[in-house]
Amino acid sequence: MPSGEKAGGIDVAYVAKLARLALTPAEVEKFGAQLGALLEHVDALSALPVADVAATAQVIAQANVARDDVATPSLDRETVLQQAPRREGPYFRVPRIIGEEA
Amino acid sequence: MSVTATAYEAVMGIECHVELKTETKMFCGCRNIFGAEPNTNVCPTCLGLPGALPVPNRVALELLVKAGLAFDAEIPAFSKFDRKNYFYPDMPKDYQISQFDMPLTQGGVVKYWLPDGTQRSCRLTRIHLEEDTGKSTHAGSRDGRIAGSTYSLVDFNRAGVPLMECVSEPDIRTAAEAVAYLEALKRTFVALGVSDVKMEEGSLRCDVNLSLRPVGATEYGTKAEIKNMNSFNSVGRAIESEIARQTAILEGGGRVVQETRGWDEAAGTTHTMRSKEQAHDYRYFPDPDLTPIEFAPQDVERLRRELGSLPYERLERLIETDKLRVEQAHQIIDTPGLYGYYAAAAGLSGKPQATLNFVLGDLSRLANETNTPVASCGVTPEALAEIVALTEGQTINSKTAKELLARVWVEGGSPKAIVAAEGLGQVSDAGAIDAIVAGVLAANEKTVEEYRAGKTKVMGFLVGQVMKASRGKANPTLAEERLRAHLA
Amino acid sequence: MAERTATEIARAVNAREVSAAEMAEAAFARIAERDGAVGAFLSLTHDLARAAAARVDAAVREGRHLPLAGVPLAVKDNMCVTGTVTTCASKILGNWVAPYTSTAVGRLLDAGAIPVGKTNLDEFAMGSSCENSALQKTANPWDLGRVPGGSSGGSVAAVAAGEAALALGSDTGGSIREPAAFCNVVGFKPTYGRISRYGLIAFASSLDQIGPISQSVEDAALAYDLMAGKDPLDATTVDREVEATVGHLREDLRGVRVGIVKEFALDKLDPEVRAVYEKAYDDLRALGAELVDVELPTADYGIATYYLIAPAECSSNLARFDGMRYGLRVEKADVGATYEATREAGFGDEVKRRILIGTYALSSGYYDAYYVRAQKARTLIAADFARAFEKCDAIACPAAASPAFEFNAKADPVSMYLMDYYTIPMSLAGLPSLSVPCGYATPAGGSSPLPLGLELSAPLFAERPLLGIAHAYERGTAHARKRQIPPIAAAVAS
Repeated sequence: MPSGEKAGGIDVAYVAKLARLALTPAEVEKFGAQLGALLEHVDALSALPVADVAATAQVIAQANVARDDVATPSLDRETVLQQAPRREGPYFRVPRIIGEEA
Repeated sequence: MSVTATAYEAVMGIECHVELKTETKMFCGCRNIFGAEPNTNVCPTCLGLPGALPVPNRVALELLVKAGLAFDAEIPAFSKFDRKNYFYPDMPKDYQISQFDMPLTQGGVVKYWLPDGTQRSCRLTRIHLEEDTGKSTHAGSRDGRIAGSTYSLVDFNRAGVPLMECVSEPDIRTAAEAVAYLEALKRTFVALGVSDVKMEEGSLRCDVNLSLRPVGATEYGTKAEIKNMNSFNSVGRAIESEIARQTAILEGGGRVVQETRGWDEAAGTTHTMRSKEQAHDYRYFPDPDLTPIEFAPQDVERLRRELGSLPYERLERLIETDKLRVEQAHQIIDTPGLYGYYAAAAGLSGKPQATLNFVLGDLSRLANETNTPVASCGVTPEALAEIVALTEGQTINSKTAKELLARVWVEGGSPKAIVAAEGLGQVSDAGAIDAIVAGVLAANEKTVEEYRAGKTKVMGFLVGQVMKASRGKANPTLAEERLRAHLA
Repeated sequence: MAERTATEIARAVNAREVSAAEMAEAAFARIAERDGAVGAFLSLTHDLARAAAARVDAAVREGRHLPLAGVPLAVKDNMCVTGTVTTCASKILGNWVAPYTSTAVGRLLDAGAIPVGKTNLDEFAMGSSCENSALQKTANPWDLGRVPGGSSGGSVAAVAAGEAALALGSDTGGSIREPAAFCNVVGFKPTYGRISRYGLIAFASSLDQIGPISQSVEDAALAYDLMAGKDPLDATTVDREVEATVGHLREDLRGVRVGIVKEFALDKLDPEVRAVYEKAYDDLRALGAELVDVELPTADYGIATYYLIAPAECSSNLARFDGMRYGLRVEKADVGATYEATREAGFGDEVKRRILIGTYALSSGYYDAYYVRAQKARTLIAADFARAFEKCDAIACPAAASPAFEFNAKADPVSMYLMDYYTIPMSLAGLPSLSVPCGYATPAGGSSPLPLGLELSAPLFAERPLLGIAHAYERGTAHARKRQIPPIAAAVAS
């Protein structure tokens, strides 16, 4: 539960953190207002009688769609690594990991 | 070597991640194999490329249900996949497809024996299916850990491998129980063909949640989660260390912090990894790219029939009926093919302990020496049963039995027939033995004097001499008996 | 090429009256002539087109018949085609080249279509005007000062301007139907699950569908027949027989009941627009249809429902754009800062807004109140349609409330969201739905008449009846009976 509700109802700074977006303060304010307006519109949903209604889990109900345990060709490694923002030999190279989920 | 928790008891739950032994990954057709060249078993789906979609591996679903059935878990009629959203460089989609509130199995119980023969059980909360992440190595730090590294390298071969997460209830109380529980899991998974369960290859990873509470209390204490153990023994050591650490804190009047701690094998301690207070908001929601999984009762029954004979049932027979020691029973079950061999031989001989002694003793030794498994050696269960009968019936002595085994190992054949044909039966006639005994005593006057002077240990030497004189055929028990009689 | 429909081109190429190579060159010539002004294409695929044309011409010489032989095809740039730069009109993909081809596109290429280029869209398919593209502006060929609609603005403009005979778009809340209406072409979204999403870069997984954009209903039917059907690579495709629509399109509407929705009453519209739709309904009657009144009481909740579910799913689908494995990376000292800087720089405002609202709707403490509640509203909307379809075979309504608007006319996000009012409910229910040209009206403040589209929707899996009704309407009225390509006056000015 985010702490510090802002005007408009969304703690944009907190949500931006969850979504890994480095918003500028101006963006936080702008989006806060715009999303607040959307939420006002969305609040109309609270009028709907949904107490005994099941949430749509799938648009077209199907079950047990699965595939056989048979190998299919993998991608060529060079094709993949060539487009890596940074690579080292056969690996993807990424910046130092600190304070992230381990 | 347990650390005694003074007034406290340790309460533990274990969470295991077990890689399933399927041909291909959980949601795509890339190969599921260990040790391949980095980033060669990858495709749009397991790399999280734009536009790719997951499709579940049917065999993975069935293996997981079988694992649950082996522990009497319930298979709900309806199960689904959910997205667990978080960012990490080894996560191709920055969400993991997992199961949140409707897993494939619920409940169940793992029953096991401690070395001293006590039976214990640990309930399961659930077993669910998810996909594994890629593997990262960290460059620039002394020890390859994240802390102090300057950058990381990621290999996505492992990303998308099917992973079974087994969560236990906090029913475990000691390091020994934890190890025995893990071994019971492993034993069953290997028997089912569900996984190789090799901690050193990463196909089993486990975390222990450990808290202490005063003996007799019902509330749980604050727990710490321990990670980074790479073998079952390591788990045991980590638990002992953590129990000691938490005990010291509580006895000192302090409070245990809820956190994740990593086990440092070299240092023999755990250290803080991150505070679990900083709980992550995973924003679970049902994965719209996947359909629910609904196992009908007849499918569940079919899978139950395919389980075959389970380790627990076999152990129960070995320990409770055949009265084997727990350690011996485990060795029989854990060596491929050995149970079948033993069961056949013991069934024929009617003498479980004697059969076991040969199987775990001489036969296993020969197996090691010749690099041939007992199950496929030249000594058939029938042959072994004959040797047991010959030995128990005092027809041959143990030395002869050993020689016979070694011979039949190589040549095959019927020990009974060989003994009869070559007259290998031990000499059990008192008169014949007496004659030999007389000769030995006469030839070893000095030793006789030592014996009479009180050095009774030399009896062994004298018996050996009788065996030598009889070319190994004397009944050693009778030999000793007659020697004593003569020396009395 | 520009004067022929896809069906006509394929017939001519198969009959060896004209070659695939010639059709490809004709398309590129049209593009060179006009796209400077229209801006439909983000990239052109000359090499792929030439290679495809050569293959098609060789096959035709061997006597093989290919249903789409030589048809120049434009593909919305959120669909992967091997070897093409695929951008989703975003900076965050950088110059990423797709290493695989979407199943749907592949099926058309196998049928002989010639890929001429990737078209512009609202970034990650989020928008109703194509103005959210981070890369370029696409103009409505009927009035270059106005939007083509979105998010499939580029694909629609390409077909409308005669630059391609067939295009693929994607529709999540109206992104094929609304621009098709604005640009006077046919735009068709089939039932959810009919066409594979493998290779379509996901926006909202439970809503996205690929669909054809064309100059005739017959062409849309042809493309649909070729693309539809279960794909083992997409678990949400339905394992259900695809009844062929080509050759089974009715010519009149006798015995057909068309539902007119009370909540979509025409009196809310501008008088000139209203008149066009009233005429459209009269035309339906004249062709033999019985018009019946139906209700969709929860239709008004469609936008609120959609703007919780779609962003929630997109917030998760777009997490993978993190600078680690492909695309843009704004590298900082550590991974966390790199994620944030990359995504901040790489995503445009609308995408950020949707990621934020979606993350919020799924977050702890809000999940039940927002996401779950919206999924329940969705159930009610689907139920309303089911009830309505007990009384009719198809529903008719405007595809949009007005013709194309001017650039920058809808700066406020919510006012833009309201453009999808008539198309969102069908998306939420997964229904097959299309827009077919039905006339022109001069917008308020405008000087010349601009296209309007009639939206027709049918029950789940009723593609054949739906396309039949649209075909009969198209044939039985003056609209799009022959291709109406607007002259692009400004294009010629160099």
